[in-house]
Amino acid sequence: MIISNCRRIVGGTGEGKPLFTIQPINFLAMVNAKTGTITDPLHELYGKSVKGSVLIFPYAIGSSVSAYALYSLKEYGSAPSAVVCSKADITTASGCALANIPVVDLPNGIPLSSLKQGLQARVEADARRIIVGFS
Amino acid sequence: MELARDEEKALEGNSGEALATAYRILVAIGEATGAKKLAPVKWAHISGVNYNTIGDGGMRFLEKFSASAKFAIKTTINPMGYDRCKPEDIPQSFQERQENIASSYERMGAKPSFTCTPYEVFELPQKGTVVSFAESNAAVFSNSLLGLRTNKESALSALASSVTGKTPLSDLRLEEARNPKTAIESDFDFRTELDYGLLGYFAGKAVKDSCVALNNINKLDTIQAKALCAAMGTSGSCGMFTLGGKAKEKISFGKKEAQAVMDELSTADDADIITLGSPQLGINELKLLAKLTETKKFTRRCIVFCSRTIYNSALKIGLAGKIEKSGADFRCDSCTCLTPYVTKDRYDAVITNSVKGAYYLSKSNKVKVALKDIKTIAEEYTQ
Repeated sequence: MIISNCRRIVGGTGEGKPLFTIQPINFLAMVNAKTGTITDPLHELYGKSVKGSVLIFPYAIGSSVSAYALYSLKEYGSAPSAVVCSKADITTASGCALANIPVVDLPNGIPLSSLKQGLQARVEADARRIIVGFS
Repeated sequence: MELARDEEKALEGNSGEALATAYRILVAIGEATGAKKLAPVKWAHISGVNYNTIGDGGMRFLEKFSASAKFAIKTTINPMGYDRCKPEDIPQSFQERQENIASSYERMGAKPSFTCTPYEVFELPQKGTVVSFAESNAAVFSNSLLGLRTNKESALSALASSVTGKTPLSDLRLEEARNPKTAIESDFDFRTELDYGLLGYFAGKAVKDSCVALNNINKLDTIQAKALCAAMGTSGSCGMFTLGGKAKEKISFGKKEAQAVMDELSTADDADIITLGSPQLGINELKLLAKLTETKKFTRRCIVFCSRTIYNSALKIGLAGKIEKSGADFRCDSCTCLTPYVTKDRYDAVITNSVKGAYYLSKSNKVKVALKDIKTIAEEYTQ
């Protein structure tokens, strides 16, 4: 499936296994910067790693310092290869801008849940496009 | 978002790599918040000072960035990890890395304020002034109670504003977003500052918009307001509340909702250490603490976090001495959140009255938390 007319927040292209959650993420408090593993037992992605994935989540919450957590993930080689938000927030946008992680968010009326499919996803931020559901 | 010609050129790198990085960040957050243009900003307050929060990656970035970047506007900074005058208990390696970060900020021209309550430490600009505050409690407080205009900035977006003097004109900087679409209707007997913290945490989690109306609550005193703002800033993306207001969507807050927050964040009944100060305590809170502990002694170790400026004022009027007499121990320049003074090896659990503190102590410091209001703490743990 191709979703076009996304908003480009940070340009670039990234591909990987989709990692999907409808729960917001606090990158400072919930993610191990070295491994990319989600460490909060209350989060539905608990135990999974964002490393190399196309991370699909609604938006980031919590500490303003989370922007550095996204940058640190990149420094340790554990960052997602691209990010899709339902509505991109300042933390995700600024952290990914510094770390050069492509970010798009969804056009109005497209629910995040429509992306929960397939084994591979590709984000083409400059073309404002997401391709999901191929392998 | 449209950029002016000089902004476009800086983005392309004509004014150096640091400014190009800053404009790249501003463009991304401008796109995210739907801004049409950048606007001048008067004051930036930056987070990402504590080594425990930004780590080696952040430290190395700042080292490189500060080699050429200079702050273009008044820039104040959040707490770091420890009190420079009381380095005992803090590993040498932590101190060195922390000082490296502090000197990067100071090299760029930051005021070494090390406070998360800039609104209690610095002179305030006129209502309506555009600022860029990354510390979430300060953003919520400034928008809601001081009439300043900031988005809930990130550490990096506020840094980008401080070196460019610009910020996207969007979201809570525009009138429209400051009118709440959702109201929290409280049916709750608010007795303590902790109760307001529970409301703030609930509201931040429940509301997706930038602004929320809080109905059926009385005028807030500073202590209650700080608890509410800090908790709201912790749990969600909401950056402002109005006291009272009509809104289309209504959400109820009562005993059941308050208890659900307590169940999530209060994971212990008792502990060996008390931490007060997230946000750092102001003079009002110190006066209350002195009154509650007058002629008494703490039966547990108690750390009181406040900014150096507030501590010095408290010292002058004899207030700090009164509190120290109760056995409580001041730590300046730092705060409860992600403090290296409270580690898992040393403590299993912590007592605090801060909902924000409870969240980070449990999620980041990985210790259990007993959440109790300040009066209860004074009653139960002094004699």
